[in-house]
Amino acid sequence: MSKLHTKSFKESATAYLFLLPGFILFALFIFGPLLYSLRISFFDWNVIRPERSEWIGWENYVRAFTDPIFRSAIVNTIAYTVITVTGQMTFGTLIAVLLNQDIRGRTFFRVAYYLPVITSWVIVSLLFEYMFSGQGGLVNYLLRDILHITSENIRWLADPILAFVPIDLLGIWKGVGWTAIIVLAGLQAIPEQLYEAAEVDGAGNMARFFKITLPLLRPTLVFLLVVLTIGGMNSYVSNLLLTDGGNPLDKTHFILTYMYERTFKNLEFGFGAAISSMLTVFIFIYSTLQIKLLQKPAEV
Amino acid sequence: MSIKRQKWLSHFLTYLLLILGLAVVAVPFWYMFVTSMKPQSYIFEMPPRLWPEEFTLTNYIEAITRDKFDLYFLNSLFVAVISTVSTVMISSMMAYAFARMNFPGKKALFYVILLGMMIPPVTLLVPQFIIAKNLMLINKFSGLILVYITMNISQQTFLLRGFFEGIPREIEEAALMDGAGRWRIFSQIILPLSKPGLAAVSIFTFLYCWDEFAWAQVMMTDTAKRTLPIGIALFQSQHLTRWGLVFAASIISFIPVVLVFTMFQKHFIKGISTTGLKG
Repeated sequence: MSKLHTKSFKESATAYLFLLPGFILFALFIFGPLLYSLRISFFDWNVIRPERSEWIGWENYVRAFTDPIFRSAIVNTIAYTVITVTGQMTFGTLIAVLLNQDIRGRTFFRVAYYLPVITSWVIVSLLFEYMFSGQGGLVNYLLRDILHITSENIRWLADPILAFVPIDLLGIWKGVGWTAIIVLAGLQAIPEQLYEAAEVDGAGNMARFFKITLPLLRPTLVFLLVVLTIGGMNSYVSNLLLTDGGNPLDKTHFILTYMYERTFKNLEFGFGAAISSMLTVFIFIYSTLQIKLLQKPAEV
Repeated sequence: MSIKRQKWLSHFLTYLLLILGLAVVAVPFWYMFVTSMKPQSYIFEMPPRLWPEEFTLTNYIEAITRDKFDLYFLNSLFVAVISTVSTVMISSMMAYAFARMNFPGKKALFYVILLGMMIPPVTLLVPQFIIAKNLMLINKFSGLILVYITMNISQQTFLLRGFFEGIPREIEEAALMDGAGRWRIFSQIILPLSKPGLAAVSIFTFLYCWDEFAWAQVMMTDTAKRTLPIGIALFQSQHLTRWGLVFAASIISFIPVVLVFTMFQKHFIKGISTTGLKG
């Protein structure tokens, strides 16, 4: 009895040793910062002399919600998220359905569609900036001289609304390959016999897609919805580089570019921490609710 | 006959759409490549050419020799390699404990791992900066590396746990009977059997470190210690119209990614589709 006890004690001790390095890092760089962030969000934080920071209660939060730039940043972020999530899921599903057929060159297409996913955000943002350049970029040339849709060059990035065209297109373009791979995995898990049975019953392509494919794909699509939405809310680099973080006129900010500007340019760490904490709490509640409400995908 | 025609038509449509999509993906990349080969005087040429009048390598030569770009490349490589190796070591140890060992609090601790996967990295930027400052890690490679490891271990532990669970238990049980310790079993039996899983995890981590922008931008202000993404973004803001130069630098920085990806794409895509993790 006691021998068994020491054995299981030894086993536990070994297990904790295996876990120790990782959990030290977690404590130091994730959970510590998370709590610390919550704390300083209630201060007028002085980053150079923290001891001079002043407790101001909820003021950073109140200021955020009365700040028109922050409010427009929320609207921009939500609009971006809705547009890019819809775009990625629509085109991703389409590509996956096409790739799920018995065709040649499947691996080639899969790899090719995946290239934008592995390219760094910095590179693709600069690339889109160049293509959407106001003075004769590739896109303006296409619209004006080839398709004759516009009569003069559009200054995409100088306009607070048009600036979102390249930002949104980039979000979809970069993410579609990943979405397609996930949907493809979901499609391949659907048993072939179901389609065969439907074919015997005389169901057409459309009926099969809507009656079999979509319902069985539901867990995968829910999972994608959650992950892509979180990704959209956390969008940052493309906006920062394409519109120089919120220009023109501070009207194109995302939540995080605004947080970045206030924290690291204006050194308002308390205000930045308040924005961070709100976003973290929101994403937490959102993903928990979403997964609970819309069922959890079996494989994840 | 009509069924055959229908099949032919659906095949034709499939390829048409796939190739159309391919063009949308490929044209920007091709345009980037072509621009990097153009002399400066052709950068804003009208009409913009997708096949340049003359090819030149001057942008590449200038990119490499200018603004410490070679240094940024080496910095990135150093940070990415150290972070990847450490992440794989730390998370495989954690994954092994979760996959095979019994200890009090196992469920709760695993929930902490899942929690770590849910927290968006950029929201940690502000407090991580303050903590790194207190630990004197600002402007040090160790500050980059430690945070990169931390941001990756939960995802990779999750992935590797699934992988280890797929290894038959009998192999270890025999070794346990022979009196081998946990560490020996882990390092001499489990790890060698898990090469595909370790490869997938390594690629995920390497790509993350190679592309990471936000943290590097916030904490590395020392110009000699910058990594590639920061270097390229700054390159562009310093040479506003020198797009050929910027894209030459971008392509050089993209080469290791393409190499790693094409070499391991099978493991990589399998890793993504079975776990649903974002690459």
